[in-house]
Amino acid sequence: MIKAILIFNNHGKPRLSKFYEHYNEDTEQQIIRETFHLVSKRDENVCNFLEGGMLIGGSDYRLIYRHYATLYFVFCVDSSESELGILDLIQVFVETLDKCFENVCELDLIFHVDKVHNILAEMVMGGMVLETNMNEIITQVDSQNKMEKSETFIFQSTRQDR
Amino acid sequence: MPAVSKGDGMRGLAVFISDIRNCKSKEAEIKRINKELANIRSKFKGDKALDGYSKKKYVCKLLFIFLLGHDIDFGHMEAVNLLSSNKYTEKQIGYLFISVLVNSNSELIRLINNAIKNDLSSRNPTFMCLALHCIANVGSREMAEAFASEIPRILVAGDTMDSVKQSAALCLLRLYKTSPDLVLMGEWTSRVVHLLNDQHMGVVTAAISLITCLSQKNPDEFKTCVSLAVSRLSRIVSSASTDLQDYTYYFVPAPWLSCKLLRLLQCYPPPEDGAVKGRLVECLETILNKAQEPPKSKKVQHSNAKNAILFEAISLIIHYDSEPNLLVRACNQLGQFLQHRETNLRYLALESMCTLASSEFSHEAVKTHIETVINALKTERDVSVRQRAADLLYAMCDRSNAKQIVAEMLSYLETADYSIREEMVLKVAILAEKYAVDYSWYVDTILNLIRIAGDYVSEEVWYRVIQIVINRDDVQGYAAKTVFEALQAPACHENMVKVGGYILGEFGNLIAGDPRSSPLVQFNLLHSKFHLCSVPTRALLLSAYIKFINLFPETKATIQEVLRCDSQIRNSDVELQQRAVEYLKLSSIASTDVLATVLEEMPPFPERESSILAKLKKKKGPGAVSVPDLEDGKREGGELNGGGERGPDSAAMSASNASTPSPSADLLGMRSAAPMSAAPTSAGSLLVDVFSEAGPAAPSAAVNDDGFLSSAPPSEDPATLLSEADELLNKFVCKNNGVLFENQLLQIGIKSEYRQNLGRMYLFYGNKTSVQFASFTTTVSCPGELQSHILSILRATKPVEPVVEGGAQIQQVLNIECLTDFSEAPLLNIKFRYGGALQNLSLKLPVTINKFFQPTEMTSHDFFQRWKQLSQPQQEAQKIFKANHSMDTEVLKAKLLGLGTALLDDVDPNPENYVCAGVIQTKGQQVGCLLRLEPNGQAQMYRLTLRCSKDSVSLRLCELLAQQF
Repeated sequence: MIKAILIFNNHGKPRLSKFYEHYNEDTEQQIIRETFHLVSKRDENVCNFLEGGMLIGGSDYRLIYRHYATLYFVFCVDSSESELGILDLIQVFVETLDKCFENVCELDLIFHVDKVHNILAEMVMGGMVLETNMNEIITQVDSQNKMEKSETFIFQSTRQDR
Repeated sequence: MPAVSKGDGMRGLAVFISDIRNCKSKEAEIKRINKELANIRSKFKGDKALDGYSKKKYVCKLLFIFLLGHDIDFGHMEAVNLLSSNKYTEKQIGYLFISVLVNSNSELIRLINNAIKNDLSSRNPTFMCLALHCIANVGSREMAEAFASEIPRILVAGDTMDSVKQSAALCLLRLYKTSPDLVLMGEWTSRVVHLLNDQHMGVVTAAISLITCLSQKNPDEFKTCVSLAVSRLSRIVSSASTDLQDYTYYFVPAPWLSCKLLRLLQCYPPPEDGAVKGRLVECLETILNKAQEPPKSKKVQHSNAKNAILFEAISLIIHYDSEPNLLVRACNQLGQFLQHRETNLRYLALESMCTLASSEFSHEAVKTHIETVINALKTERDVSVRQRAADLLYAMCDRSNAKQIVAEMLSYLETADYSIREEMVLKVAILAEKYAVDYSWYVDTILNLIRIAGDYVSEEVWYRVIQIVINRDDVQGYAAKTVFEALQAPACHENMVKVGGYILGEFGNLIAGDPRSSPLVQFNLLHSKFHLCSVPTRALLLSAYIKFINLFPETKATIQEVLRCDSQIRNSDVELQQRAVEYLKLSSIASTDVLATVLEEMPPFPERESSILAKLKKKKGPGAVSVPDLEDGKREGGELNGGGERGPDSAAMSASNASTPSPSADLLGMRSAAPMSAAPTSAGSLLVDVFSEAGPAAPSAAVNDDGFLSSAPPSEDPATLLSEADELLNKFVCKNNGVLFENQLLQIGIKSEYRQNLGRMYLFYGNKTSVQFASFTTTVSCPGELQSHILSILRATKPVEPVVEGGAQIQQVLNIECLTDFSEAPLLNIKFRYGGALQNLSLKLPVTINKFFQPTEMTSHDFFQRWKQLSQPQQEAQKIFKANHSMDTEVLKAKLLGLGTALLDDVDPNPENYVCAGVIQTKGQQVGCLLRLEPNGQAQMYRLTLRCSKDSVSLRLCELLAQQF
C-alpha cells in the first residue's frame, strides 16, 4: 500500500502532499520535513530507495523517490509494493503530468494544485494503484476537462477577481 | 493539445500565489495568508451567494494555504454544499477539499454520506467515480456502515462501466481494511475472483489489490484465484510486447499487473494441481530467460519494468523454496545483479539474497558471493546499499566464514554511518558469540567492538561478554590479560572500564603472577580511570576493589585508604557513599574466611538465550531477523527471557552467590534484581545486626550461632499443606507473581511468564531465619496423568543449592510446556533440615490451564457468531454462584484481564455483563474459549458461562473461575 505521496522542491517547499492514512496536520508537515531531510542529503546516482523516517513508520516502510530538475517525487510504501514497480509508477505520473501540462514545470504544480490532485486520483486511490496506463489516465482527465469547459463561462480579464 | 491549457487558470488564485511567493519573510507570508483567510471567511459568511467559480477559487486558495502547513478550520460546510451541486466542476472541487481536509472523525460525515449516496445512485459514471474516490480516501467507519453492502453490488454488476468498476474495487478494499466486519464477501467471492479474467486490464489491476488483501485474510475462500492468476500471468508473459497495447510499458507487457499477480501467488503455497504448477514453473522460467535476452530498449524504464517482474518472480521462487533448480537460477541471477552498474539493482539483489540465504537449498550458493558483498560493504557510496550488504553478510554467516565476516564488519564499523552503528554492534556481538570456536577470539572481538564503537555498545553486549567469561574457565585468564592490556590505552571507553573492572575483580589473580600486572599495578590502572567515570561505573569499580582485598590481601591497606578518603566515604551520591562505607567496614571487621565466602567468585550464569539477540529482535521487529538455525533449540524458551534478564552488575558482584551469607547482598545486587521483597528485608535487618553489634558475634552471624538460633521459631511440624495450598492455587489464577507460601521459616515467592504454550516460572526460596537450611531439596512432580498433559515442566534449569543460609534467598527456574489441556496442578515438594529437624512441605504449583491463554479481540458480530457455533451442550459449562469478593467493576475487569483473555467492550447488549475471548495454546492444538459473566448486584450472585471448543476446558475453566469472583 502507498502510505503517502509527496512532492517538494529542492528547498523542501511542498508542492503536493497526499496522505492515504490519517495524520493530523502537524504530523503531516513534520513528515514532509523529515522526508525532505532524508532524501535531499542523498547524492545523485545513488539508489532510489531508502528506509522510511521514524514518523512514517521506520524501517517497515520504504521511501521510493525520483528527482526531476527542481522537484522530488517521493512515494512512501509498505513492503507489499515492488520497489521498481513504484519507480515506474512515478515515471508514469510524471509523464502524464508532462502530457497534461505540456512540458510540466514546478509552476504548473503550484498554480494547478487541483488538477494535479485530479490526475493523481486517476492513478492512485486510497493508497492502491487504480490505473497504470497513461493513455487511459489522460483520456479520463481529458473528459473531465471537457465537462469543465462546457460548464464554465468565459470570464473577462477585467473582472475584479480577488 | 495539452489536457490543461494554461490560459484557463483562475486569476485571483494566481495573484494570491504570486503574492505568497514574493513574500520576503515568513512573517510577511503569514500576514498575507491571514489576510486572505479573513477575506475568504467574509466571502463565505457574506450575504451574497457565491457563484460556482468563486467557490472553486476560494477552495483552491484554502488548499494552497493548507499545503503550506497552515490549519484550515472553516470552509468545510461550503465544501459539503458543493457536493450536492449538479455541476461537475463544483462537485469535483468539493470532493477534492473533503478528501484532502476532512478526516474520518468529522461530524460532517453524515452530510457527506448523503451526497455520496446520491452520486452513487446517479448512474453518471463520473459522479460515481468521484463518490467512490471520496469513500476510499476518507474510509471512515460510518462510511463503511453506509456503503459496505452497496459497493460489492456496483463492483460485480454487469452494466457497470470499467472505470467505475476499478474505483469500486479499490473503494471496497479500503472499507475492508477499515472495517473488515462490515464487508461481507460471502456471495460475492467467486464473482470478485473472476474479475481476474476481466477483459479490461485496468479492472484487473484494481481488482488484484482487492483480491490479494482478501486472500491474505481468508486464504481458503479465495484459493480459486491461484489458477486464474497463473493463467492470466501466463498469457501476459507469453504475449508479444505489442499485444497488450497501452499496457505495454517500454516494450514490457503489463509489468505492474505481472508484479501484482506474482505477489498474489506469494499468499499461497505452490499449486497442488500438476497442470497449474507446470504452467507457473514455465512462466517463471520464461521470466528468468528473458532476463538474459538483450534489452529491447536502452531506456532505464525498460530495464526497470523488466527487472521489477524478475524480482517478484525470484521472491515467489524463494517463497516456494521447493524447486532447487529455480532457486539456483534465481541465486545466479541475483549474483549478476550484485555487480550491476545500476545501484537500484544492487540494492534489491542484496535484499533478495538475504531471504535466499535462509533457504537450505541455496545457502551454500549465496555464500559464494561473499567477496562481492564484502566489497559492496566497503565501496558502495550509498548508505542504504551498505546497510543491505551488512544485513546480507549477517544472514550468510556460518561457522565456516564467521571469522572473515566478523572481521569485515568490525573494520567497516570504524567508518560506518552513525545511523546503523548500534545495529551493527549487536550483529557483530551475536555472530561472534554464536560462531565462536575458541572463546579468546570472542573476547577479542567484543573488546574490539568496545574500542571501536564503545558508545554504541549497549549494556546487553557487555553483560553478555561477562556472562560468558564467568561461565567458561578456559577463557578467564586470557580475558583478564586482554582487558588489562586494553585498559592501558590512555583513553578508553567507559564500557571498557566496566568490563575491565568486573573481570579483574573476578580473575585479576590469574595474571597477578607477572610483575607487570601485579595486584597493585592492576589496582592503580583501574583507579586511574575512576574519576572519569559515571556513578554506576564507579559503583562497579568499588565492588571490584573490595574483591581485590579478598584476592590480594597485600592491596588491603591501599584500597582501604582509597575507600576512606572523603571523596568516597562522604560522596554526595548515596550509592557510592554506602558502598564505600560498607566495604570499608567489611574489610576491617570480617575475618579472612568470611571475606572469602562473601566475596567468592561469581557462580556460573544459567544458560539462556543471548539477551543481545532479544534486543536485536526488538529493534528490528519480530520476523525481521533471519538468523538461520540460530539456537533453534533454545529459541522457544528464549522469547520468555526478557523479564528475568539480569545484568551481571545487578546480579550482585559481592553477593556472588545468593545462597552465601552475604550481608551486603541487598545493597549491591538485589536492589534492582530481586523481584521479591521478602528476602532483602530480612537480609537487610541482618546487615544492621552485623554492623551495630560489631564485636565477635557479627562475623559469626553467617555461621551457626547459638544466640541467633534461640530467637528462631520452633521447628515446623513436617506435615503436608495440601488443603491450604489449594486456596493458594486459586490466588494465582488471575495473577502471575506474588508470594506463594509463607510460614515462620520459609517464604516462597513466585514470578512467572507465559507465552503461547510455554511458560517459565521463577521460584524464590527465602530463608526467614538466621540459621541455615541444610539438605535443601526441591522436587516437582506431576501427579497421575498430568505427566502426559503438561509438560516438560520440570526442566528445572539447575538444581537448587543444597544449603540456604540464614536470611538468604535462592532462586530456581522451571520451564513449562503445555502439551494438552489439563486440570490437575503439578506438585512442588520441599525438604530441608532446620536445626536438625526435617521439614517437609508439599504445595501445588499455580500452573493452571488459563495461563496459556492468548487474548483474541473480536467484534460483537464475530463473538455471537462463534458463540452460536459452540452450541453443543457439552461445550458449555455454566455455574451460578454467590459473590465472594467485591463486585466492583474495576476489580472485576482487572481479574478478567489477569485471566489472560481479551475483555471485549461493546459486545454484550447488556453493559453490566462481561464477555471475554481467548485461545488456549497447547502444543497439539488450540482451544478457542468464550466467556460470559453476568453479575447480579442485588442478589450478589454471578452467572458464569463458558463455551470452548473442547469440553474438558470449559469444565476446568468454569471450576477455576467460580472461585475468583
